[in-house]
Amino acid sequence: MLPKNGLLNRRTFLAGSAGFLSTAVWASSQKDEPWRFTSGRRMSPYGAPSKYVGLERLQIGGHPLAPEAGASSTPLERLNGIITPNSLHFERHHSGVPDIDPSQHRLRIFGNVQRPVSFGYEDLQRYPLVSKVLFIECSGNSYANTLPTALDKSAGELNGLLSCAEWTGIPLRQLLEEAGYDPKSDWVVAEGADAAGMNRSVPLSLALEDAMIALYQNGEPLRAEQGFPMRLLVPGCEGNLSIKWLRSLEVRKNPAHTREETSKYTDLLKDGSANQFSLRMGVKSIITAPSGKMQLPDHGVYEITGLAWSGHGAVKTVEVSADGGRSWRAAEIQSEPGLYRPTRFRLPWRWEGQPAVLQSRAVDSSGNRQPTRSGALANAAPGFTYHYNGIQSWGVDQQGRVSNVYR
Amino acid sequence: MSTGKYVVVLVGLLLVPWVMAQELKPKLGQPLEKLPQLAIGPSGQGLPLGSGSVEEGAIIYRNQCLACHGPTGRMPGNALAGGIGSLDGASPNKTVGSFWPFATTLFDYIYRAMPYGREKTLRDEEIYAVTAYVLFLNDIVSEKTTLSASSLPEITMPNREGFQSVYQIEAVDRALKIQ
Repeated sequence: MLPKNGLLNRRTFLAGSAGFLSTAVWASSQKDEPWRFTSGRRMSPYGAPSKYVGLERLQIGGHPLAPEAGASSTPLERLNGIITPNSLHFERHHSGVPDIDPSQHRLRIFGNVQRPVSFGYEDLQRYPLVSKVLFIECSGNSYANTLPTALDKSAGELNGLLSCAEWTGIPLRQLLEEAGYDPKSDWVVAEGADAAGMNRSVPLSLALEDAMIALYQNGEPLRAEQGFPMRLLVPGCEGNLSIKWLRSLEVRKNPAHTREETSKYTDLLKDGSANQFSLRMGVKSIITAPSGKMQLPDHGVYEITGLAWSGHGAVKTVEVSADGGRSWRAAEIQSEPGLYRPTRFRLPWRWEGQPAVLQSRAVDSSGNRQPTRSGALANAAPGFTYHYNGIQSWGVDQQGRVSNVYR
Repeated sequence: MSTGKYVVVLVGLLLVPWVMAQELKPKLGQPLEKLPQLAIGPSGQGLPLGSGSVEEGAIIYRNQCLACHGPTGRMPGNALAGGIGSLDGASPNKTVGSFWPFATTLFDYIYRAMPYGREKTLRDEEIYAVTAYVLFLNDIVSEKTTLSASSLPEITMPNREGFQSVYQIEAVDRALKIQ
């Protein structure tokens, strides 16, 4: 019998598709499928999506007085699996995308080190490289859902300052060891080569643990928007820490308290104090389909699917609700879980016109549970909220229109 | 075998792959002859020579900052001044004066990122002057003030005690979970 919330067992869903109608079509009209009758186009040096796909980044914004400074979002609702194509990785730039000639770029390591050194782009290619599938999330992601009124936006428009790629680079530890870092120091200040020269203090423990100097993104050299020729990548931490166009690393005893780690990217609380260096992104999940601004075409079975990730480890479980959190069912985790690697979750759902509120909630390997919206905002001061990871709710009305709602 | 000998052998075994790994490292780093600018933190280490006054800063501000930040630094969205005492209220106004814990951050940020579109064109004296003027707009220094490498780190910002580092708290949590 169909449960009232419509959530189904995925095995039943997959097994139920037997019995094909075999209608033999003997002669096919050339007009219907013309591509069956003439050769296609030639090979091309750098591929492009089909003209029927038309994927684009969303919410391409900029400051009115500084249009190069701003962000653009990944269209999460139009992608599947966990990898974000390089052309669609979200962007956040503080002074536009610099056009860096790699032959003139050097990475400098100095400060509390025995041997201040610099490396060229070609030098770094000769080091042993590692590859990791990792998410990067801007700590301002999903900010719109902290506002008092739910905005009618899509999954990517609301939550698309999140992307995932296979990053390949040099473990930062190797280069710090070559420079002879002072083990009594606690911080490394990373600085970008863009006009903003953005700088962040990174705990030395994180730099030694699993940070890397990324050179490749999904197999190809970094895109300019992602820091070509090289970027810092601090897995699991707010995107701002992974300085793009990385130019220097200064080992030092204390943090520099840069503008981006004091004025911005800190969490102001209701008591007027602020949490600083809240670097790890909280456990979070988002249903990408059905999701905001979609229209369910008719009654029947749909697959609820989405992404889950955590900056505190691996995703352990994801549960889905179709009734605004009254009942929950475990979703299938499809991608192999890994540290700071997003997972794709799926669960079939039958919709027969009943109003529904679709939600997902994740638990990570450190035991953190994704909070409700009100739970996530309980201590946050009004105004700009960073690091928001509350449960996303999608309302489905009787006509099948899906929209962002608060629960 | 005594424990001591056992430890010696174990350490020796552990060193074998370490020594081999050392030999396999490319070591292509070139000695750095010209050290980059230090990030300017609360100690002021790395601040350049020279000085700048509120009076000089007012002129630079009018020509290079006012268009985006407004005549008194209160342009919404780009506010530099005001909001002191607002952080625990219904609409917190985070500005240099109300929120920033250290005055040195102002020097570091103006040095690298301002004025927008003409970054790194200000001379050291001009950076001191604009820093002084923004602090003056917040009533943190008087109009007679001149700032230099020795006086800038001495300034106590109103929200100096307003932050708690949660990274250290979290580091302890993580360590406990690993055990």
